[in-house]
Amino acid sequence: MSLLRTERLRKRFGETRAVDDVDFTVNEGEFLSLVGTNGAGKTTLVNLISAFLSPDSGRIFIADRDITYAPVDERIRAGIARSFQLVNLFDDLSVLDNVALAIFAREGKSRRIFRLAERDVAVTQEAVELLGQFGLGGKAEGLAGGLAQGERKLLDVAVAYALRPKLLFLDEPTSGVSTRDKAQIMDTVSSVVRAGGVTAVVVEHDMDVVFKYSDRVVVMHEGRFLADGPPEAIRNNADVAKYLLGTDADA
Amino acid sequence: MNAPLAPSLVRRAAAAAAVLAALLVVPAVAGTYQTQLLTYGLTLAIAALGFNLLLGYTGLLSFGHSAYFGAGAYAVAFMMRYLGVSSMELFMLGGIAFSAALSALFGIVCVRHTRIFFAILTLALSQVLWTLAYKFFWITGGTDGLRVPFSKVTLLGGLVSFPGPDAFEKFITSYYYYVLAAFCVCVALMWLIVHSPFGKTLQAIRDNETRARFLGVRIWRYRWLAFLVSGIFTGLAGSLWVPLNGLTTPDVLYWPQSGKFVFFAVLGGFRNFTGPMVGAVIFNYLEVYAVAVTEYWQLTLGVILIALVTFLPAGIVGAAARLVDKLKRRRGAAS
Repeated sequence: MSLLRTERLRKRFGETRAVDDVDFTVNEGEFLSLVGTNGAGKTTLVNLISAFLSPDSGRIFIADRDITYAPVDERIRAGIARSFQLVNLFDDLSVLDNVALAIFAREGKSRRIFRLAERDVAVTQEAVELLGQFGLGGKAEGLAGGLAQGERKLLDVAVAYALRPKLLFLDEPTSGVSTRDKAQIMDTVSSVVRAGGVTAVVVEHDMDVVFKYSDRVVVMHEGRFLADGPPEAIRNNADVAKYLLGTDADA
Repeated sequence: MNAPLAPSLVRRAAAAAAVLAALLVVPAVAGTYQTQLLTYGLTLAIAALGFNLLLGYTGLLSFGHSAYFGAGAYAVAFMMRYLGVSSMELFMLGGIAFSAALSALFGIVCVRHTRIFFAILTLALSQVLWTLAYKFFWITGGTDGLRVPFSKVTLLGGLVSFPGPDAFEKFITSYYYYVLAAFCVCVALMWLIVHSPFGKTLQAIRDNETRARFLGVRIWRYRWLAFLVSGIFTGLAGSLWVPLNGLTTPDVLYWPQSGKFVFFAVLGGFRNFTGPMVGAVIFNYLEVYAVAVTEYWQLTLGVILIALVTFLPAGIVGAAARLVDKLKRRRGAAS
């Protein structure tokens, strides 16, 4: 059953067709990777769905509800959350506060003005448990700005995950980290997300990561979909080999 | 469910109690003039608390907080002159209502902008008010302002009044404790606000607006609420200040008054809770003694400001906190 659907979604920047009449479907419960060369339109597509950008035309539906022009907060309430390519955290707040803020926002408690945040045991407990799931339990009291890059990537995902989304977009969760940290990040993220029954769309460049963790892979090229299928089919796809993997079978 | 109070909170409460104990004995050990000076300092510290909710916690630099301070001061003067009110409690309520209405209105205009645009808008709106105070002189008294003599003010629902020619000393002592009580309530309230989910959300907006938006936070609503609360605190400070000063003139609405609030925050340090309050009290002494020593007192303050920005960008309290941290680390490394 499809959770997210776009119809002829389009976004242009001047003459460049970043997203060109894209029909995109994400099914409930799947771990989907969105891949493509730089400028293929992956992040633009995520930005359109998450309300970071407005589309020129086309429609976006989540569970058959039209959210094309819904503001960010409404999309979050509809079940969409995202992390960012460049880590986006509250660096001067503690690691725990970063996650707790997402929980307060989700629970509609952010406007509580005459109550100490740290005295809300339910929120604090949930934040601590969630940090533990992401392997950051020991870092809760430190400042988010003091974390190592791999930990910052994990916290970025944890903050988005704390919103309890139905659909989680992860924009290059392993960019800028070492190969060893990549595996650790993806192991953690995929196990937490799968255990939570959350549908995930991962924008990723590293094809080893893509093939290892994905249920389905969608390949973009110049704003359009080039291929869509299970990892094995994508690995053997001639167009993908030509444009993305650099292993053209005819060469 | 509530969590037990953290040890750091208990330590801070103990430190606050020690400061309060010291403040309580001031009228007994210092003269009337020093008590009066400190009362001025405490009223300005309340304004600094309000101002810093915007600057330190929300990341918005207002150059127009004279508007809310002036609104509080003029509310008292209007109530005394046109309604015959003498109760300080009613004055405070009036000051809060007037400054709340004004900051709610100005906030709608300002909070959709940030950085220089926000600063300029707040400045421009405060100067509109300053101009109105001049132009509507038949209401505001124009350059002469409106008098708020202490002898006409009563405290605690009329229980404490100050009739007679020799009541000044009694007024200063009583009013000092009155302002101190208001100051304590304001500090406690602001502490609660900045450590509440709302306060943390403001800090999140300050640190990373984009991320806060992608948590579902409606940024401008939170900024508006912060603007409103900030305006109310500053207005209350204006209400408390005017009986002490005995007079309000358009000068309290003029931009140098807003500049003073910025100075408080820079002097004490705006990235910590106590900094702006300490800055306000110290600034008050600096201004008074610089005026007494030299006619170029503004130059003295200017030099201090340049020195602060250059050598102590975290302000006095920020620098002191860093020094204590450094000493703790050194002691920890040695043991």
